[in-house]
Amino acid sequence: MSGATDGGEREIPIDVVTSTDARLASLPCLAAESVDAYFGANRVVRDVSFQVRAGEVTAIIGPSGCGKSTLLRCLNRMHETVPGARVEGEVRFEGRDIYGRGVSAISVRRHIGMVFQRPTPFPTMSIRDNVAAGFKVMPRNERPSRADRETFVERALRRAGLWDEVKDRLHESAVALSGGQQQRLCIARALATSPSVLLLDEPTASLDPLSTQRVEELVYELRDQVTIIIVTHNMQQAGRISDRTAFMLAGELIEYGSTNAMFTTPSDPRTEAYITGRFG
Amino acid sequence: MVALTYAAALLAIVPLILILAYLLRAGASSVTLSFFIRNPVPSGEPGGGMANAIAGTVIIVLTASVIGLPIGIGSGLFLAEQRGGKVAVAIRFLSDVLNGLPSIVLGIFAWQLLVRPFRHFSALSGGVALAAMMIPLVTRTTEEMIRLVPVSMREAALALGYTRWRTSLTVVLRTAMPGIVTGALVAIARIAGETAPLLFTAFGNSFWSLSPFKPIAALPMQIYIYAISPFDDWHAQAWAGALVLLGLVLVISLAARFVTRRRFGVGGD
Repeated sequence: MSGATDGGEREIPIDVVTSTDARLASLPCLAAESVDAYFGANRVVRDVSFQVRAGEVTAIIGPSGCGKSTLLRCLNRMHETVPGARVEGEVRFEGRDIYGRGVSAISVRRHIGMVFQRPTPFPTMSIRDNVAAGFKVMPRNERPSRADRETFVERALRRAGLWDEVKDRLHESAVALSGGQQQRLCIARALATSPSVLLLDEPTASLDPLSTQRVEELVYELRDQVTIIIVTHNMQQAGRISDRTAFMLAGELIEYGSTNAMFTTPSDPRTEAYITGRFG
Repeated sequence: MVALTYAAALLAIVPLILILAYLLRAGASSVTLSFFIRNPVPSGEPGGGMANAIAGTVIIVLTASVIGLPIGIGSGLFLAEQRGGKVAVAIRFLSDVLNGLPSIVLGIFAWQLLVRPFRHFSALSGGVALAAMMIPLVTRTTEEMIRLVPVSMREAALALGYTRWRTSLTVVLRTAMPGIVTGALVAIARIAGETAPLLFTAFGNSFWSLSPFKPIAALPMQIYIYAISPFDDWHAQAWAGALVLLGLVLVISLAARFVTRRRFGVGGD
């Protein structure tokens, strides 16, 4: 991870990221290889392999129960926190298998942040403390110093587009915020520790249309700073905000490619059937 | 049928009202300043009080809380985290059994543990007896309160890179804290009025004592001793003691309600 001087933010120079092509040329940031995920004996993700490139937004779409959330949760080792759940296969993050020997799930999760379907602000903490919650678990050399923390909190809230709305009530309870604000607070909280990848698990599913739009814009703005993988059952959303789309069905990855191509000329008939609304 | 349930509900609170009314009538006149600041005096001598018993109850209850709350909350947390594990199921069952034990049996337990080996009664042994009563109560409410915390809260903390124990302590426990505090206060209110476990542990004391290693007075025992005495002035003091004890329990219960109401806003949904 980058040093503390630039705040750990992955500043990609603007001139490098002028086109999608330039970003496509970058290295794979996260690569799943033959990933199987189980709940007990139930195999919900089947032999999925795909590569996500740094600085892109990747959408995972598919009907309910197709395993898209589970696949996402395999990417930061959250799947295994459910009793009886396990993962087989490899997930390489910046070249290293996150399921490899000696890799701690804790450090994986610090570098690959996650935001859930329902907003999950910590109800006992203020807005500011929610954003700062991740600092506590950063290693000493990466953790912002006490003096820098407020700057970091502000930066995270700004990146999440929430600063102007909450700057005068940072010390009020986070539960007082609206649902959409809570969700952006959760995004700020995930961004505060400068993860390389942000996983979004249907982040707008419980939000109203306006808040949804706000979060979508946010994802669009963040694409240059952090690699984003978003699970959504909303195809229009995938079309609007993602560079690449993965279509899943019954635990399998049916098709994966550039969003444009997928929505105009899908190569698999099942993808076409889903996208044209014949099921799902 | 509906009328019957109304009648039952009314009947349920009748005893409380009668007790309150009677205690006020019989005890209020003896609740004077000297009742709170004087120690007991022999019958016939005016102006005695129960200062030692009030202090004794506070000390015993504090001792019980210091021992019982960490153990109760800790085991509640354990049970909530382990859920269906074999050990958890066994502990949950045993905890329920402990909850059902007659309180005097817990007195015998503390007597065996702390009175017999040291050959004298003590405030500490009384505290341990009451702690044993408190633990299953606190364990149960803690477990239930922690289970009310949505799994999503736990997951959010884990996803930030929190370890399991840090998640439990700083997010889950803190979110459940108002409920746990309420449970603790209810447990304290419950044990504050116990007499049987103290009979052969704290034993009682007519004199002022704050030492945890000496016999100590407690309100319920003092009420008992005064109530069975043949003296009218002691009877009046017993009523006053009962009123004060009830007031104490009432205050703790109200505090519990207040904590619950103040914020038990779990989750963002």
